[in-house]
Amino acid sequence: MAHAEHNASAPAILQEVKPAVLPRPVLVENNRDFGWITDKICSLIEGKTPLWWWICFVVACFVASFTVAGITYLVSTGVGVWGHSNPVNWAWDIVNFVFWIGIGHAGTLISAILCLLRQKWRTSINRAAEAMTIFAVVCAGIFPVFHVGRVWYAWYLFPIPNSNAIWQNFRSPLEWDVFAVSTYATVSICFWYVGLIPDLATLRDRFAATGNRLRAWIYGLFAMGWRGSNRHWSNYEMAYLILAGISTPLVLSVHTIVSFDFAVSLLPGWHTTIFPPYFVAGAIFSGFGMVLTLMLPLRAIYKMEDLITQYHIDCICKITLATGTMVGYAYGMEFFIAWYGANPYEGFAFINRAFGNYAWAYWIMITCNVITPQFFWFKKVRQNTALVWILSIFVNVGMWFERFVIIVTSLARDFLPSSWGYYSPSIVEIFTFFGTFGVFSVLFLLFIRFLPIMPMAEIKAVTQQADPHAGDKHA
Amino acid sequence: MPKLFPKSANRLPLQILTFVGVLGGLAALGVTYYMTPKYTRVGYAPVQPVPFSHQLHAGQLGLDCRYCHSNVEKSGHANVPTSQTCMNCHNQIKPQSPLLAVVRQSYESGEAVPWVKIHSVPDYAYFNHAAHVTRGVSCVSCHDRIDQMETVQHAKPFSMEFCLDCHRAPQEAVRPRELVTNLGWQHPAGASGQLRDGQKLVDDWKIKPPQSCSGCHR
Repeated sequence: MAHAEHNASAPAILQEVKPAVLPRPVLVENNRDFGWITDKICSLIEGKTPLWWWICFVVACFVASFTVAGITYLVSTGVGVWGHSNPVNWAWDIVNFVFWIGIGHAGTLISAILCLLRQKWRTSINRAAEAMTIFAVVCAGIFPVFHVGRVWYAWYLFPIPNSNAIWQNFRSPLEWDVFAVSTYATVSICFWYVGLIPDLATLRDRFAATGNRLRAWIYGLFAMGWRGSNRHWSNYEMAYLILAGISTPLVLSVHTIVSFDFAVSLLPGWHTTIFPPYFVAGAIFSGFGMVLTLMLPLRAIYKMEDLITQYHIDCICKITLATGTMVGYAYGMEFFIAWYGANPYEGFAFINRAFGNYAWAYWIMITCNVITPQFFWFKKVRQNTALVWILSIFVNVGMWFERFVIIVTSLARDFLPSSWGYYSPSIVEIFTFFGTFGVFSVLFLLFIRFLPIMPMAEIKAVTQQADPHAGDKHA
Repeated sequence: MPKLFPKSANRLPLQILTFVGVLGGLAALGVTYYMTPKYTRVGYAPVQPVPFSHQLHAGQLGLDCRYCHSNVEKSGHANVPTSQTCMNCHNQIKPQSPLLAVVRQSYESGEAVPWVKIHSVPDYAYFNHAAHVTRGVSCVSCHDRIDQMETVQHAKPFSMEFCLDCHRAPQEAVRPRELVTNLGWQHPAGASGQLRDGQKLVDDWKIKPPQSCSGCHR
């Protein structure tokens, strides 16, 4: 055998060093073949709708109705139904916006950056993570659109010629945000859709073969005539690569610009240069937290252990650990700079965060975001799926509180003590926010029921069966 | 298994794109034309209780605008004359005209003539009539050739753009004060003369028309 000769001619030093054997973990367990993968993923769509799906869907619709009701009340009455007022003029609306938009970042990171870095483990989670991105952006978009109050004027955000002869203020980071988020949404949808095309064609063919013409027609419409020819694949790969290239800077730019909403202002606690990297790390942290929250139940319910392996969970946990630690570092560095910068207002803002009226929120944030991810150092923890899932919930909660702490504590303590205030959300705000989890769940449930939750074609490419050297034992 | 899609479906994406493009273009044109004040406000000429002709009074007879609209230089609000002002002349001229019945009735009862307001600035926009007139903005700038109108009509759009165009370039409009009510006046040296002398007036009078939001939306 070729590699036997190779071993014989290896430098003698290697015999002494005895390099450690580092086997690559397999990405699809139990040596599953192509047919099994297709059947497994398509069966989720072709099979009868499970009872749990209906129960979840009804509950999700009910919860989503909170948002619909909250927004209807807001539009018909005015933004006064939310709890903001001087000095806290941004509160849950912007907290929720940043929370949701941050969650989306994991999807883009998995689909774009991990694609360019050829991290093959992305294949079994990227489809669902991209769906999560898009649905999170939908939920995020609700808040800035409706917090303008008279929502029918929201088009003023876009530079459309108008009879007022006025133009947007392009020096405002809020305007940059409009473009950042709308670009992000557009590119994410394109990326997701392009990736879906070959799988939609598979579904079309399978439904056509079983004589379900209506569903074959619908999937066929969106498959846009995909035949899987060599030319199709060649164009597809190029389009996918280009979209990955376009999306990669978006992973960093979107949350950077979101952080500019704060960093460009002159408020102590917001006006810091650490914000862009700190926000991006936080966004990826929260996004991977949400990926774990969604994937682990899916894996258990659909018995996907062969496709989402322990190796996948390890990878996600490690990224969560890395970004969570970055976030913890940023919390520390904020305090250090507040002291080192010797600006009394800055110093006050941070002491107030940790020990002021909102200290309870600050310590929830620290507990969830700094302490929780540290558990992922331990292999035993990463292998305990239930525990990982619980920790991922803490990450989600913690990242919501991070935005709350940043936004509300800085505003509630104005420069003048006479204008200090304490913000509490109104019932309408609370319902509107919790309803967005329903909106997200409705969309996600529809996704897992009607679209292939994993890219079949891509997974096949990373199986052992696709690798002609899979049986070789490289020492 | 018959084919799912006919061959003509290959052209469908292009057809859809064209259709959406054309529809979107038409919608944009339609909105631009039909939904801006240039269309929605210009041309508004309601029937008035008295068929008063500016063309006759201000045009042919040469009455100064300020004979009737007497407070336009002093008041933020431009006044419509009372029926007493009308009767100054009309107790002599055509005192029995049936067209003036409403005016005579108003004169006797003291109830105002129910004129229909045409030129209206929204409540959320602050507008001071005197500030404009006393700084050489002619009636004609906003009301057009009202001295030639048989029936008064809304001739200018009064959109925010309309206000801002002038606020951004006041030298194109300001003129010596004595020429404010001379609606037919144009600078004898044409546009370049207007710009030169207009700029001089802007400088001399220190005209600084506000362009910030709170200048008008107070």
